[in-house]
Amino acid sequence: MAAFFKQRNVIAALIIFAIIFPFITNNTYFVHVMTLSFIWMIGVYGLNLLAGYTGYLSLAHAGFFAIGAYALSLLTTKAQLNYWVAFILALIITSVLGLVIGLISLRTKEHFFAIYTLCVGYIIYLVIDKWDSLTGGIRGLIGIPGPGNIGPIEFTTPVSNYYLVLFFLLLTVLVMYRIVHSLTGRTFIAIRNSEDLAQTIGISTMKNKLLVFVISTFFAGLSGALYASFIRFIGPDIGYISITFDLLTYLLVGGIGTLSGPIVGTVLIVWVSQQLQFLQDYRMLIFGPVLTLLVIFYPRGIVGGIAESLMKRKQKKQAREEQLVMAKKSVAATAASNENR
Amino acid sequence: MFLETKNLTKKFGGLVAVNDVDFSIEKGKINAIIGPNGAGKSTFFNLISGFHPPSSGQVIFKGKDITRLPSNKIAELGVARTFQTTNLFDQATVLDNVIVGHRLRTKSNLVDAIFRTKRLKAEEKQCREKAIEVLEFVGLTSAAYKLAGSMSQEEKKRVAFALALATDPEIVFLDEPAAGVNPDETEGLAALMEKMVSAGITVCLIEHKMQMIMKLADKIMVLNYGEKIAEGTPKEIRNNEMVIKAYLGGSAIA
Repeated sequence: MAAFFKQRNVIAALIIFAIIFPFITNNTYFVHVMTLSFIWMIGVYGLNLLAGYTGYLSLAHAGFFAIGAYALSLLTTKAQLNYWVAFILALIITSVLGLVIGLISLRTKEHFFAIYTLCVGYIIYLVIDKWDSLTGGIRGLIGIPGPGNIGPIEFTTPVSNYYLVLFFLLLTVLVMYRIVHSLTGRTFIAIRNSEDLAQTIGISTMKNKLLVFVISTFFAGLSGALYASFIRFIGPDIGYISITFDLLTYLLVGGIGTLSGPIVGTVLIVWVSQQLQFLQDYRMLIFGPVLTLLVIFYPRGIVGGIAESLMKRKQKKQAREEQLVMAKKSVAATAASNENR
Repeated sequence: MFLETKNLTKKFGGLVAVNDVDFSIEKGKINAIIGPNGAGKSTFFNLISGFHPPSSGQVIFKGKDITRLPSNKIAELGVARTFQTTNLFDQATVLDNVIVGHRLRTKSNLVDAIFRTKRLKAEEKQCREKAIEVLEFVGLTSAAYKLAGSMSQEEKKRVAFALALATDPEIVFLDEPAAGVNPDETEGLAALMEKMVSAGITVCLIEHKMQMIMKLADKIMVLNYGEKIAEGTPKEIRNNEMVIKAYLGGSAIA
């Protein structure tokens, strides 16, 4: 039974479920909501690598999300570039801006870093909002094309869009899994535990922090670019601070610093808020206290909480086995000494 | 000379934490730095390991000036250090925590990580083997798969040693390695330091436990108010009047 719930099987089951999901529901609205959730998840994964695995809480994430979205939109609508060329350029632009901003902001640490990036995020929002001639200001941009064809494959229906986004999500998860389980990932975790210690064991902390910051902005940009071509119109509000905190909420609920946290948190919150639509903004009255309790009692979110209890159980079992072995040994020892007498 | 400091000085604003200290460390010996609280011992360590840039003076390691190098570069040259407290990832095993210690000797990067290249696999194996090796060296083989959070204070000290050793150092600086452990465990740690020396690693430590230092050290330097007031063998230090006055408080035998 336990073998049935092995990680590999669970992952396989989830992927199969995600693939057949559009056929089960037949409800385009559900497919739409799910696609949007997948797009958020990609952004949350980026935030997770930086905040969860390296210990640097960036609050400029929505800013980079917006940069990705606007870069794609402007390159396709104003510059009339081929969709996929624009897509790749959008990712490059976001990453380069991430590199520049990272170089400056990573000179700060802990809450100073959070406050600094909060300001950076707000400035990005302001630039988008006020730069009327480029971004269309408060009116935003309309007529953004959907994903272009790849050979014979078209992305015109909601279901095909769903699969495209799912593909990018799976790619993101795979990349994250590999990073976290590599020496590079261990390096990031070492920086999170103690930057001083990491440096004394020969890790160039600045270089690694910058790397993680750029990866994080890359995924924010990917998420933003997919969002723009999925929703087809964007306004400056997608770069607003509240989006950053939405992403952060998904991450905290699911489990910061865990690999499956972003998926669990995003699906849960998006679906629960769909169900609570009728309460309008009053649903925050439910979310607020639940989130507070969660942070107090499960600082590593739902996934982190479960993982910890499993780990504790395993340790207890191990300890019990060890005790048993010790007891047997002592029994044997007394028996032996009795014989010697 | 293996490692030496020349006129090393560190000022924090108006406070002179380390003042004009000349000190040389001999290869293959246990060198100790003692002194009352606030004497500048930890600052002295921080200057050598590149944590703080000195206000003036030099640090020379194997004939090379390492004064202005960042601490990760100094670690690459073979100078390791431990802290008084070691922050580990409590939710991971001891082994997992130590594996990263050998990271500085590996080259694999993000691309290797994403494509899981042969180089990454080989280097991961190399790091794991190194971690197992150093855990065995410090006597924690049986605790390798325990969670770091469930370790005793003494085990944590040993993990700190293991992490430092995983960097393949030639010299290890230990900041109060026996603070907060009981006398039996202190002896165990002292034996471990001797084992390190016999494995060819030079040791330099800060310690408050006099009995241990007097037995263990080949050479002692005494700091007081940031200045070196004495240097010599334990016997010389024990009989040095300046030291007795400043540190041992009038009684010759601690």
